[in-house]
Amino acid sequence: MPFKRYVEIGRVALVNYGKDYGKLVVIVDVVDQNRALVDAPDMVRGQMNFKRLQLTDFKIYIPRVPKKKTLIEAMEKADVKNKWENSSWGKKLIVQKKRASLNDFDRFKIMLAKIKKAGVVRQELAKLKKENAS
Amino acid sequence: MAAKRKTPVKTRNPDLIRGVGKYSRSKMYHKRGLWAIKAKHDGVFPRHDPKPKAPVAPEKAPKFYPAEDVKKPLLNKRKPKPTKLRASITPGTVLILLAGRFMGKRVVFLKQLTSGLLLVTGPFKINGVPLRRVNQSYVIATSTKVNISGVNVEKFDDKYFAKEVEKKKKGEGEFFEAEKEDKKTLPDEKKEDQKAVDASLIKSIEGVVDLKAYLAARFSLKSGMKPHELVF
Repeated sequence: MPFKRYVEIGRVALVNYGKDYGKLVVIVDVVDQNRALVDAPDMVRGQMNFKRLQLTDFKIYIPRVPKKKTLIEAMEKADVKNKWENSSWGKKLIVQKKRASLNDFDRFKIMLAKIKKAGVVRQELAKLKKENAS
Repeated sequence: MAAKRKTPVKTRNPDLIRGVGKYSRSKMYHKRGLWAIKAKHDGVFPRHDPKPKAPVAPEKAPKFYPAEDVKKPLLNKRKPKPTKLRASITPGTVLILLAGRFMGKRVVFLKQLTSGLLLVTGPFKINGVPLRRVNQSYVIATSTKVNISGVNVEKFDDKYFAKEVEKKKKGEGEFFEAEKEDKKTLPDEKKEDQKAVDASLIKSIEGVVDLKAYLAARFSLKSGMKPHELVF
């Protein structure tokens, strides 16, 4: 079982802990065995311990420690945002956020929708059972 | 005492620093025009004779002196502040009642009464909660709002909800005889008030999808719901 996601320059990572929790950042340089220099379009470039990062499947092609402008251009070219939001991991996070921000009324509407859907499924199942039995 | 002015007097002597005015006593005398008043009244400042006081009855000696000195309680001039309404509660907000007979019911907020309690209605046809007063502390405010513009709540205040005082008869016998009526029925006037308030409310509620069913259902915590993480 080899490793598939490596710490390298250009690796996109998700921040797991701390002030920037939940942000996507790019590893821009490695400081030492435990820390990386990390950058994102909306934050000041800074160091972060690897333990705070979760590596993703995405990688962009940048030189070591690029200028902010270059970084942003490279991210746009690789379309990191859209690729992330369409990946299953990214989609899960979006759903989690939506669920956490639900209103009491929204939760009620979802309950009604779930009951309705279950009713439809059950009807279809009953139909199929009847067909099979006969 | 001289008559009070309608507007308070603005000083003609601005402060240079705190405690030091710009103008000296003699300059202020001139500025206030005291020389003109004196000139009008022959060089003498006008004096008003004190009004004749009403004749005071001579104080009689009290007919009872307590054995020990009685301490007078200190004067209490405290005026309690009006209850502050939470920013999340505005007219038309859907509230969740947390205690009492209607625990868990979702209810529409109408206005805050002068006593600080919240005036609230079901509406009655939807969930059985009548026009009622409720304490702010026993309520969760949701972020769902109902359009309340067609409702007139001017006539409701704390006196409307006061309990009716029964006159007790001082008859010694008849303790166990049920002289009072078995059930106190609501006067028709209150029923009419309820209908009037609810009429326009129900119309605006039916304008929103699922809102009627939402108000009819009770709130309860289910497995996995963490109240401190829930957004209401």
